[in-house]
Amino acid sequence: MARALIHVPATAKKGDVIEIKTLISHVMETGYRIGVTGQPIPRDIIDDFVCTYNGEEVFHAKLYPAIAANPFITFFTVATESGTLAFSWTDQHGATQVQTAAITVE
Amino acid sequence: MKPEIDRDRSRREILQAAAALAGGGALLSVRPAAATPEMMKDAVRAVIGEAPVKKGKVKLDLPPLVENGNSVPCTVSVESPMTAADYVKAIHIFNEKNPQPNVISVRLNPRAGRASFSTRIRLADSQTVTAIAELSDGSFWSDDIDVIVTLAACIEEPKP
Repeated sequence: MARALIHVPATAKKGDVIEIKTLISHVMETGYRIGVTGQPIPRDIIDDFVCTYNGEEVFHAKLYPAIAANPFITFFTVATESGTLAFSWTDQHGATQVQTAAITVE
Repeated sequence: MKPEIDRDRSRREILQAAAALAGGGALLSVRPAAATPEMMKDAVRAVIGEAPVKKGKVKLDLPPLVENGNSVPCTVSVESPMTAADYVKAIHIFNEKNPQPNVISVRLNPRAGRASFSTRIRLADSQTVTAIAELSDGSFWSDDIDVIVTLAACIEEPKP
């Protein structure tokens, strides 16, 4: 779907609260703008974002057109165990993009 | 004299009522381009129900003067220990004057560790932005902030 950037610390101490930053390139067209032909430009947004940590949901956001283009979301989670963080963005048509990041917990 | 005054008053009242009706009808027939504070209240009620919302615990961080409404950095944090017994279940952001009152709804659980997130939002006009947090005990807390927007989102023409 699009290019996504994720920042997750590669290593963390067990129990630490870590910050995760995510960015995905997407127009987030609101559906309220008028195009050059005078017709409204149809809405095209990502409306769902989920982060799972070894399969368990840690953060879930429902996005509306008021989110700026190229949605940038930062949030926190507790480093509990080594494993994988999976990030998935779903657009209004149901297309999903998944990206993963590995973390080592000492 | 007295009956005449009464008649005058009632005629004026009827005229005023008629004008109000006509005005109301005109407003109803044209859907406003921007949401109104009433629409925001409806959106809030649709998400959180009839529960009372108290001020406090939530901190909504937005620049008070926004140059470009197309991308406004926005941070919400809620005071909470984020333990299994006491955590923030959800955080919602609403606005008054964008075409749609909802901005983002976030669901959290104790695994988050800290009840805070940041994103970038669009603002169509100078307005009040509200954040509401739902705690695990079922209480709702809010914070709102007035922002002045010099370049509004949603009005610029796309590049040909």
